[in-house]
Amino acid sequence: MSLELKNISLAVEGHPHIYQTNLKLEKATMNVLLGPTLSGKTTLMRIMAGLEKPSSGQIIWNGEDITNRRLQDRDVAMVYQQFINYPTLSVYENIASPLRVMNKNKHEIEISVKNAAELLKIGSYLDRKPTELSGGQQQRCALARALVKGAGLVLLDEPLANLDYKLREELREEIPKIFERSGAIFVYATTEPEEALLLGGNTAALFEGRIRQFGKTSQAYRNPKDIITADVFSNPPMNFLKFSKIYENITFEGGVSLTKIDHLSNLPDGDYVAGFRPNHLDLTRKRADQIKFSVRINVTEITGSETFIHIDYTGKKWIGLVQGVHNLEPAAEISVYLDPAHIYIFLEDGNLEISASYATKVK
Amino acid sequence: MAKITLSNLAHSYLNNPNHDDDYALKTLNHEWTDGTAYALLGPSGCGKTTLLNLISGLLTPSKGKILFDGNDVTELKTAARNIAQVFQFPVIYDTMTVRENLSFPLKNRGMKKDYIEKRVIEVADAISLSNILDKKANGLTADIKQKISLGRGLVREDVSAILFDEPLTVIDPHMKWQLRTQIKEIHKNLGHTMIYVTHDQTEALTFADKVIVMFEGQVLQIASAAELFERPEHTFVGYFIGSPGMNILPVTIEEGNAVLGGHNIMLNAKYKKLNGKIELGIRPEFVTLTNDPFALPVTIDRVEDVGHYKIARARFQDHQINIILNECDEIKSATTHVIFDKKKINIYQNDWRVKP
Repeated sequence: MSLELKNISLAVEGHPHIYQTNLKLEKATMNVLLGPTLSGKTTLMRIMAGLEKPSSGQIIWNGEDITNRRLQDRDVAMVYQQFINYPTLSVYENIASPLRVMNKNKHEIEISVKNAAELLKIGSYLDRKPTELSGGQQQRCALARALVKGAGLVLLDEPLANLDYKLREELREEIPKIFERSGAIFVYATTEPEEALLLGGNTAALFEGRIRQFGKTSQAYRNPKDIITADVFSNPPMNFLKFSKIYENITFEGGVSLTKIDHLSNLPDGDYVAGFRPNHLDLTRKRADQIKFSVRINVTEITGSETFIHIDYTGKKWIGLVQGVHNLEPAAEISVYLDPAHIYIFLEDGNLEISASYATKVK
Repeated sequence: MAKITLSNLAHSYLNNPNHDDDYALKTLNHEWTDGTAYALLGPSGCGKTTLLNLISGLLTPSKGKILFDGNDVTELKTAARNIAQVFQFPVIYDTMTVRENLSFPLKNRGMKKDYIEKRVIEVADAISLSNILDKKANGLTADIKQKISLGRGLVREDVSAILFDEPLTVIDPHMKWQLRTQIKEIHKNLGHTMIYVTHDQTEALTFADKVIVMFEGQVLQIASAAELFERPEHTFVGYFIGSPGMNILPVTIEEGNAVLGGHNIMLNAKYKKLNGKIELGIRPEFVTLTNDPFALPVTIDRVEDVGHYKIARARFQDHQINIILNECDEIKSATTHVIFDKKKINIYQNDWRVKP
C-alpha cells in the first residue's frame, strides 16, 4: 500500500495554492502535515481524498493512477476539525453508516461497530444521539466512523483543534495506538509542532503552498533544512540573530563577539543568521563557553512549571523558555546565556549551513 | 474600572431547580479585585461561560447578586453595565476602515474628537495595527480582524471591566504569542479589570494574575499559576493543570510514610490519621529516574519526544506514572527505579488536599 503525489500542483483562478509537490507515503505510516493556517494542509488533503482535482500531476495509489477516480471509488476516510455526525442517527448508526453503504451483513456490521466504539471508548453511548455527547465524544464518534471502513488512507484535518486541551492530550496519546492497529496510511494536519512531535512518524513542514521538508518528525524538528522549516517547527517561535565571521572571529549583530567555536571552525568567512529555540536560553551561566547577551525584559509569563520571558536584544524580540517560576519586572536589564551547541546556522538565503551540534546527541 | 463582588451567586437553566446538580453554576462568593487579570479555566460544560455571561449581563442569575463597586447591577442589562467584550470570532464593521472601527465605541459615547484620535493611535500602536489604520476592514485576514476586535475591546479607558471569551481560538500559534503579550502589556499600562475565558491552559496561566479553575459548576481553586502548579487544592486541579497532569496514586498513610502497593514513600511532613479515599499527588516534573535499588521499581512502557522535553510513561504494578525528562536524557533500560521529590508531594483525602 502506498500513496504517491507526482508533480501535483493546484492553482485557482491563476493563483497558485499548491506548488509542484512530490510526496510518497508508505503503508502503516503516520504522516503529519505541519504548517500555519493557509499553508495548504487542507488543500493537499482534499487532493489526496479526491475532493479537489489537481491542476497538474498524478496521484498514484498502490502503483495505479487514480487522479481521475471519483471520491466514492477511493479507499479513503476523512475526519474534519468540526465534529461531523448525522444528528438524527444514533451513535451506533453513525458508525455503521459507511458499512451499510458497502452492503456489509448485519453480523459483520455489529462486530466492526462494537470494535471501533470500544477502541474509542464510546462503547456505552451507542444508543445516544451525537448531540447528547460531549465535544470529545462527538469527535470520537466521527473517528470511529472513519476507522470502521478499514480504509487504506485515513485523513485527519486538525481533528483535535476544537477540543479542550485535556481531551486533546488524551486523544493525542490514543491516536498513535489506534493507528498502529489499523495498518493504514494516516495523514494528520496540525498547526502545532508539539502535536506533530507527540504523534511521531513523519512530518511534512508546509509553508505557503510548498512542502519545505519531509522526514522523520524528531529528525526534522532537530535538523530543519531551512529557516522556514525551523520556524514552522518552533512554538514559541525560534529566535534569530545575524552574525559575520572573519577568520576565527564571530561578531553578532548588537556587538557581542567571540573567538573560536569548535564546530564552526570550518565555516567559511561571511554573513550568516543564527537561530536558536527559546528553551535553549538560560538565565544563569551553565557552562563556561556559553555566549552572554544583555537583554531587556518586555513581559514574563508564568505557566507554573515554566516561565516564558519575552525579551528585547538590541531591538530584536526574542522569547526564552526557562524552568521554574521567575518574576522579572518589565524593563529590567538582565543577561541570558546560550550554548553554541544549540545554534543553527543559516545562510542569508535561508538555507541551513550547519545544524546545531547537540542535535546528533539526542537519542 | 471596578471591583466586582459575587454574592451567593448561582445559576440554573431549569425553571425549578431543586437539586445541587441542577445548577450550571453552584453557589459562589467572591470579590474580584480592581485592576486584576483573571482567567476562567475548565473543561467544556464546567460553567465558565455561564459565569462570564452572568457578569456581562447576558444572563440574570437564579440566585444571588452581582455588585460593581458596591452597586447592585444584578438586574441591569449589558449595555448599562459599562463593560467591553471581545468574542471568539471577530465582531467588526466590514465597510469601515480600521480607524473607524476602533473609534466607534468612543464616538458612540460622545468622546471629544482630539481624544478619540489620540486614543485610537495608542491602541493601534500597542497591538501593531498602526500601518493599516486607513484600510477597509473587509479583505483583511481573520487574524487581523480579530486583532481589530481586540482593539475595540481595549479602546475605552472608562469601562468597569473587559471580558474576553476565548479571543485567541482562531489565531495562528505564532500570532498568539504576539497578541497575548500585547494584551498583557496593555493590561500593565491601563490596569483594567480583565476576565478571560479559555480552555487553553497556557493562555490562562500566562495571561492571568489569578486563575479560577472550574469543574462541574463549582469553583475548585482561585490562585496564581505557580500556586496551582505547586499546591493544587483538588485532584482535578492537579490533573487539569500541567501537561501531562499530576500523577495521582492511591496510598495509605502509615507511620508518617505513604504506602503505595506495599512500597514506602517518604513524606516531608506529618499527617494525622486519614479516612476515606487517600491519594498522593506528584507532578511528572518532580519524578526522577534513579539507580537506587530501594526506590520505587517501575517499567517504562514508552518514551515520547515532545521537542524541548520527553515524557516517559512508566508503570508500577497497575499504576501509570508519567515522568518528564530533559531533551537529551536517554533511557537505557525498560526496568528502572524512580524517586519522588518529597517536598513536592501533596496528599489528598476524598479529592481535597490535606494540610500536613
